Amino acid sequence: MSTATMDFTATEIMTVAASRLLKDGTVCFVGIGLPSTAANLARLTHAPDVVLIYESGPIGAKPTVLPLSIGDGDLALTADTVVGTPEIFRYWLQGGRIDVGFLGAAQVDRFANINTTVIGPYDAPKVRLPGAGGAPEIASQAKEVFIVLKHSPKAFVAKLPFVTSAGYLDGGDARTRAGIPGAGPTAVITDLGILTPDPVSKELTLTGIHPGVTVEQVKAATGWDLKISPDLKTTEVPDAETLTALRDLQARTAAAHGTAQGQAGGEG
Amino acid sequence: MAKITPLREAVASLVRDGDTVALEGFTHLIPHAAGHEIIRQGRRGLTLVRMTPDLIYDQMIGMGCAAKLIFSWGGNPGVGSLHRFRDAVEQGWPQPLAIEEHSHAGMANAYVAGASNLPFALLRGYTGSDLPKVNPNIRFVECPFTGEKLAAIPSVRPDVTVIHAQKADRRGNVLLWGILGVQKEAVLAAKRSIVTVEEIVDDLEAPPNACVLPAWALSAVCPVPGGAYPSYAQGYSERDNRFYKAWDPIARSRETFQAWMRRHVLDTDDFADFRRVLAESMPQSMTEVA
Repeated sequence: MSTATMDFTATEIMTVAASRLLKDGTVCFVGIGLPSTAANLARLTHAPDVVLIYESGPIGAKPTVLPLSIGDGDLALTADTVVGTPEIFRYWLQGGRIDVGFLGAAQVDRFANINTTVIGPYDAPKVRLPGAGGAPEIASQAKEVFIVLKHSPKAFVAKLPFVTSAGYLDGGDARTRAGIPGAGPTAVITDLGILTPDPVSKELTLTGIHPGVTVEQVKAATGWDLKISPDLKTTEVPDAETLTALRDLQARTAAAHGTAQGQAGGEG
Repeated sequence: MAKITPLREAVASLVRDGDTVALEGFTHLIPHAAGHEIIRQGRRGLTLVRMTPDLIYDQMIGMGCAAKLIFSWGGNPGVGSLHRFRDAVEQGWPQPLAIEEHSHAGMANAYVAGASNLPFALLRGYTGSDLPKVNPNIRFVECPFTGEKLAAIPSVRPDVTVIHAQKADRRGNVLLWGILGVQKEAVLAAKRSIVTVEEIVDDLEAPPNACVLPAWALSAVCPVPGGAYPSYAQGYSERDNRFYKAWDPIARSRETFQAWMRRHVLDTDDFADFRRVLAESMPQSMTEVA
């Protein structure tokens, strides 16, 4: 086992940082794309008994390559069981059996609300995004939520044009008052660092920064006046073993799907 | 009772202009051949329903079949946008497309409610989301026992549901396995149904708890080997990811889209003919019919 440091990309440290948050034995409802990459990396490294549930029906999926779409055959063939999509949402998610909902997003705001619907007005959108998918109920019913997306001023906005899935709504105790059962987003992992909600105001605060990244860079990539934790921690550099596992997984995925990298994904 | 019949006849007799039609499939078992046949026969004014509209709905929308779309996630999985869908929503081409947008949990529950002969679905959902602000069909009701607020949406009750499955026996009983999505609920929620299958066999050899749709609950069963292409049928074919990528530039412009649809769908006789023409135009695609 090697612990020598290796060079890594911003996307790699984002994926590794996100995967580290997933503890062994966690029951995780996985979104396609970056969340699926991070969750499978966790399963292949420190969390072999993580249970991965995909909304298309597989429970306990152990794919050998990353799924390109959320109903790929490998998910079904490697799962403990495959149930219908209504059962996934009714018994397993609404039934309260999900520890972590692992989501991607097109945009998040300062209270970790998610937009995947439209940019601009709903009736005359500037950009029409794919829509909600499973996220609104995953975001509200999983016991906690991790969000992974790349940092940019377009993605991190003070106020969303459309709230597809609830984070902390207007902040403070707004989420609890709305009667939403799950605790909400406890971490937003980006290619620059990790944001976590302030315990009282629920405003996303920079609590982790990746090595080589400056606070100014993160502030410049955030569309509101980002608060910095006085206890800001630098993300641990990914070890060689984890990086190798990630690169092997992506190489297997690229070979299987004929894609340049095993990151993209969708729900159809 | 299911009639085992060619797909062309099933679409001609069961899918009518103005119908609400659900062609369901969740990455797996997407009924592309049936979608092509609906396009070939020139159906108009359809309300299309699907949790995850992807390429076949992009084609149907771009060819002017649809007046409305009820959905919860629309995209080309792993690739990007549906350009024909966006053109219809943003520019009204080839005609305006009304949209009714839900979450997956909402849609899945709406199919269950439809199959259960209930007027609406009840779920814990949509709380804090802006979706109820833009979709008047998402409302909230109070639990009569606890006073808790719950989301309610109308049942999905298609005039016709169309799915693809692995096999049927000679009486028309259908077996499907792998990723099942909402296909069973979508069939049982519908007034009429068409199932295309990879093959017809003497004996389904289905274990007791397998997902079998009995012949008497279906309208038509149509043998169409490879009929889910470029989606897949577990045990029969692989998903052709290259086609999904190739679709993006084809669908980007109205002109390339129309030319492609004319050559590959309007001017072909059936799905086997489509696969033959595609093998000529796109030799890098998976051209083997399983």
